[in-house]
Amino acid sequence: MNYRGPYRVRADKDAPLPEILHPQDAIVQVLRSCICGSDLHLYHGLVPDTRVGSTFGHEFIGKVVEVGSAIENLKVGDRVMVPFNIACGKCAFCRQELYGNCHESNPEATAVGGIFGYSHTAGGYAGGQAEYVRVPYADVGPTVIPEWMDPDDAVLLTDVVPTGYQAAEMAGIQPGDTVVVFGAGPIGIMAAKCAWLFGAGRVIIIDQVDYRLEFAERYAQCEAVNFRSIGDPVAFIKTITDSLGADVCIDAVGCEAAGNTMNTLLGRYLMLQGGSTTALHWAINSVKKGGIVSIVGVYGPINSLVPIGNVVNKGITIRANQASVKRLLPKLIEHVQAGILNPKELITHRVPLEEVGDAYHLFSSKLDNCIKTVLIPPAV
Amino acid sequence: MMTDQTTPEDFIHDKGDHYSHIKGWGIDFDNKNDPTYPIKKRNNAEHQGYSWPRPPQQQETVEILKSVERPNLTAVYGTSNPPAGLSGVIRRYAFKYSESSYGRWLPLMLADRINMVEGVVGDIAKGHLPNIAKELGLGSEWKYNKRSMIAKSILAGVAIGVLAYRLCYNKKNK
Repeated sequence: MNYRGPYRVRADKDAPLPEILHPQDAIVQVLRSCICGSDLHLYHGLVPDTRVGSTFGHEFIGKVVEVGSAIENLKVGDRVMVPFNIACGKCAFCRQELYGNCHESNPEATAVGGIFGYSHTAGGYAGGQAEYVRVPYADVGPTVIPEWMDPDDAVLLTDVVPTGYQAAEMAGIQPGDTVVVFGAGPIGIMAAKCAWLFGAGRVIIIDQVDYRLEFAERYAQCEAVNFRSIGDPVAFIKTITDSLGADVCIDAVGCEAAGNTMNTLLGRYLMLQGGSTTALHWAINSVKKGGIVSIVGVYGPINSLVPIGNVVNKGITIRANQASVKRLLPKLIEHVQAGILNPKELITHRVPLEEVGDAYHLFSSKLDNCIKTVLIPPAV
Repeated sequence: MMTDQTTPEDFIHDKGDHYSHIKGWGIDFDNKNDPTYPIKKRNNAEHQGYSWPRPPQQQETVEILKSVERPNLTAVYGTSNPPAGLSGVIRRYAFKYSESSYGRWLPLMLADRINMVEGVVGDIAKGHLPNIAKELGLGSEWKYNKRSMIAKSILAGVAIGVLAYRLCYNKKNK
């Protein structure tokens, strides 16, 4: 996959094969990769330092075909799921299981750790929407796929499931809490599903796309509300919570939120802030006093307008992070094995990697009721 | 290019008993009262500074733009698409600023747009005429959203026609 500029990607058949560049590298032959909602921020040209020629893709599984001289935990032939974070396992942050905040994987920015296929702002690594990928620190992140696990489940454990789960985990949900999730994309749907695992008493998901809301209602067994049909979403949430507000709000939208003209103009079209902050506005203003706002939606690195005065006045705790995939994987694998989580049900489309342009447009424009697209390399 | 020569010892700063003179320091510390729980297994490793045993350093084979907020390159990094051309010049300029500055990010956005034009020029220079319709994924638009695509095409055609007519009309009148 080769990025050529906003809204333009193509498949290149003559892309050079990756090489081992470090003793802790492995080369993985990709078996499946996904297009993530956050890939659309790259595709739409919203992430600074997204260079032409880049290969996206941070959700992938594959087969190990070569290992560096220092690799001990993997061998050629292993089938692995590769967390989207590139983590050294040794720095002060990795040692505290903040694998999404590694300090030894991204020379180009300190605020974000290395991420596969996510611009030079996230380290300039080639991503998994390819046939082969270089995987740094291969002894740390990649996890061998259990024999019993469906590859479609495995590929979604590299980002979607851990990010949705961590959104609910960071929200500090207490038994009986009302949880409002903004965004019915794959992450928001998974966050809604996982909110129940922490004891939520009521889960409401809010979006503007009806087919996604219908899917979320069915898959996550939650209430689904189209914000186009309720007037002011903040007033609506206050109405259904005795005017107190939700106990917890989750922003699973990020920088391309719709619903507010000024935010859309400043954040998406003029790019004068790190994206449209509409969902975050709604989350801050909808949560109760002393409540928690959990953010997993992706925003750009520059300033963004948020109602910080209300954060102070309401005593809100904001918790946010990139998911720490490696920390969460053992628990999530158990949940999949037990049938508590069924990630593969999110997949609605399978597209050959050679048709990556169509796949991006399909997902970006929400055509054919698309929820999640998987790219299949030609050799698979 | 010079590979990074820093060592963990360069960064050690042991705070030791620096707070022992403050009566009552830390007396009410409660390690469970940590808003990052459970996403962080607190061990205060960062209090030791940037002194962990670093992984071996990846050799520098291409130009890597380093954040000014770091003292060195990370042990590994991506090597795809090193800075080049006019966009590369702008990127090098942007990396003189910290991640907290518009001077860092707005030039990078500009560089990305210039890089897009460089990409088209580069394609043509290599004898590859980009298939823009395929790159835009219009195949899926045709397959799943045919009616809207036809309507948009007609609208665009009419708009171009009107514009062309106006231009011709203005020329004639001059």
